[in-house]
Amino acid sequence: MNKAAVAADHVASPLLSLHAVTKSFGGLTAVNGVSFTVEEGSVVGLIGPNGAGKTTVFNLITGNYQPNQGDIHFTGQRVNGLRTHRIIMLGIARTFQNIRLFQQLTLLENVLAGCHYRMRGGIFAGMLWLPAQRRVEQEAIERATRELAFVGLGQQTLAVAKNLSYGNQRRLEIARALATQPRLLILDEPAGGMNEQETEALIGLIEQIRARGITILLIEHDMRLVMRACEKLVVLEHGSKIAEDSPERVRCDPRVIEAYLGAEDEV
Amino acid sequence: MSRANLLVTGLCAALLAVAPLFLNAYQVDVLNSIGLYALLALGLNLILGEAGLFNMGHAAFYAMGAYTTAILNTRYQIPVLWTLPLSAAVAGAFALAVARPVVHLRGDYLLIVTIGVGEIVRIALVNDVFGITGGANGIFGISRPTLFGVVIRQPQQFFYLIWGFVALTIFLFLRLKRSRFGRALNYLREDETAAEGSGINTDYYKLAAFGLGAAWAGMAGTLFAAKMTIISPESFSFWESVVLFMIVILGGAGSIPGVLLAAFLVIGLPELFREFASARMLVFGLVMMVMMVFRPQGLWPSRGGQVSLALLGKALKR
Amino acid sequence: MEEFFQQLTNGLAVGGIYALIALGYTMVYGVLKLINFAHGDLFTYGAYLGLTLLTSLALTDRLGFVAGVLVLALMVMGLVAVLGAILERAAYRPLRESPRLSAVVSALGASIFLQNTLMLIYGARFQVYPDHILPAATLNIFGLYLPLMRVLIVLASVVMMVALYLFIQKTKIGTAIRAAAIDQGAARLMGIDVNRVIMLVFLVGPALGGAAGLMVGLYYGQINFTMGWVYGMKAFTAAILGGIGNIPGAMVGGLLLGVIEALGAAYISIAWKDAIAFCVLILILIVRPTGLLGERVADKV
Repeated sequence: MNKAAVAADHVASPLLSLHAVTKSFGGLTAVNGVSFTVEEGSVVGLIGPNGAGKTTVFNLITGNYQPNQGDIHFTGQRVNGLRTHRIIMLGIARTFQNIRLFQQLTLLENVLAGCHYRMRGGIFAGMLWLPAQRRVEQEAIERATRELAFVGLGQQTLAVAKNLSYGNQRRLEIARALATQPRLLILDEPAGGMNEQETEALIGLIEQIRARGITILLIEHDMRLVMRACEKLVVLEHGSKIAEDSPERVRCDPRVIEAYLGAEDEV
Repeated sequence: MSRANLLVTGLCAALLAVAPLFLNAYQVDVLNSIGLYALLALGLNLILGEAGLFNMGHAAFYAMGAYTTAILNTRYQIPVLWTLPLSAAVAGAFALAVARPVVHLRGDYLLIVTIGVGEIVRIALVNDVFGITGGANGIFGISRPTLFGVVIRQPQQFFYLIWGFVALTIFLFLRLKRSRFGRALNYLREDETAAEGSGINTDYYKLAAFGLGAAWAGMAGTLFAAKMTIISPESFSFWESVVLFMIVILGGAGSIPGVLLAAFLVIGLPELFREFASARMLVFGLVMMVMMVFRPQGLWPSRGGQVSLALLGKALKR
Repeated sequence: MEEFFQQLTNGLAVGGIYALIALGYTMVYGVLKLINFAHGDLFTYGAYLGLTLLTSLALTDRLGFVAGVLVLALMVMGLVAVLGAILERAAYRPLRESPRLSAVVSALGASIFLQNTLMLIYGARFQVYPDHILPAATLNIFGLYLPLMRVLIVLASVVMMVALYLFIQKTKIGTAIRAAAIDQGAARLMGIDVNRVIMLVFLVGPALGGAAGLMVGLYYGQINFTMGWVYGMKAFTAAILGGIGNIPGAMVGGLLLGVIEALGAAYISIAWKDAIAFCVLILILIVRPTGLLGERVADKV
């Protein structure tokens, strides 16, 4: 293979790809043979009526669940079967639909969790507080404060997470995810519980994250956000994919309209 | 730490340091007991307080250390204090082996399993397992420890040995708490799924917490064996584990000053009110129930301190 | 063969007692997802109340053995049930919305408190059930001699278990208990008074535990204020063995554990008898944490 072919191949292979992934719980098939790809540098939306299996897809990608069938590849490497923290270390970071922060800890400590795996130092380095450990901590704290400022929480570094507003808790989760320095960021209903103003600001934040070269995959019910922020949509219904296309074409897809009729009135 | 805090802490430490000069042998011995329990509870605090893993079998690790010292000293004449690292290693390794298959169990199940492990260890000791534990009578004739050529014999001498070790432990654990390792334990306690989802190997840190906490219990066991010169299974009963659990919860999970305070209250107070000694456990039980309703965070709860503020100050200046 | 048969029937009798206690653990766990650590001590209260009532009221002298013990059992069950309800009110209800650790610690505190109250009242020494009251008869079944008491214990525990099973399966209140165990929120939406269900569970469970305490007193004749811990741990093991939250599971687990323990003590080592249950507990939690009859449920992320 010559250089050009390698380059072409590199461009062609997507950052994340799901291939015929199936997951069932007991008798219920939550995800049924779903395949889709996420290209590097893009913003992809995963949408569908409630109970379509969107969050299950996320949990399969990050290894919280194991697929019964099918494969998930990230940067060409198979990730299903790996434990969650291994997958995060490969460059995927996520937020949770029902916000999972370390409620009793400060904002800074929350974001430092994301810095954790890129830091060094175990029991003895920590106990003895050696200069090398001090340097590692210093770097991590600097990174964490930068990420907090990036999401607009720079003024509340030592506040306790549980005292934040709903919208700010979602931002803090994003900061924690960004601190892992991911290539792919997956957001589970980032605008959930946000008012119009906050959603508007979130769209701006997603643009900024993308400008840093981070690929985004998101689940969202707010169609305004989805239509403006995403360049590709994957639509699920009853665990199966019914469309994968640009927002404009998905909007006109009769199957998508049918799936949403009665369930949602935003489309 | 603020200046006022520093002053109060220094004063308490100085008072404690000169206490043996004014107290009689019995009173010093009570302080020694408090020191040993403080040491054990600081170790348990890593597991239960910092990492949130319900361990009610801590006495088993304590026993491992004490018996390691007793066996090595009486059979192979190894000096008592030399066995300190070995006790730590044996207790730590035992904890890792036991915790490995059960550490993923949910909170209260883990509690039950650790109670079970504690009981199995005690029954094994009573049954003279491998013919080396001396059965229900235990092991006697453990020699006195020697430090810098001085044979430690008097309660006053033990006081400085035990509390010196407590001071060293506090020094090390305060640092550990604000480092990467210490924070990782807290993430576990707060939300395991979120911790794993932030790239933290939760299984590893659960085991590390168990191993380290148990190693400390093992070393406390060495000091106990040295102090008593006789050890038997009844010193490592289920109730020891309960008392240690209570010290950590009462003081405030994850709080080093809280654990020290609670060690003084739980071990020291009953000595002051000896006429009510039989009602001691009754009061403890009641306190545990009432505390959970009115002050579940403990008497002296942990207030952050997971990050070096000096480093944060530097980071914000840039 | 004779030895094996004796151990087997002894195991069944002890297992029946474990099962009765295990039902209390499993019912509370089913509804509240809480290990009621104080349950073992309620069992001990049954034994002590039984002793006090037996000697002070002289029921067996007045009513004869069968009627006397029946009345005694009903009184003990009623009193321990009331204790259970008080326990729920005092130690658990205030913590319904608290983190799990708080409830567990409160349960432990309640256990220590109950146990030491008994010690202060009765003293730390073993208490003995009067032996002249109880018939020491043995039955001859196909050439095998069985103590009458053993047979009665097995019969009584089976009768109570069947009664509970029918109560849970066939009555409206039983259905409410099962519904609350599956999904408290949904049960509430369907108009079930969950607080009443919880109260009921804390009446029925301790009543059975109290009866088990009385049985231990009658069977062994000796009781001690700390025995609730050992029996409680073993009964809890039985509940896990059968699948916690599962009522038939607790019955099967109890009987099974009793037999395993009796045979283990006889054929392996009597000195390790108390360790057998703990080994079973650890093994089952490693190999099949949902128990023999339990179903696997996926964790919600």
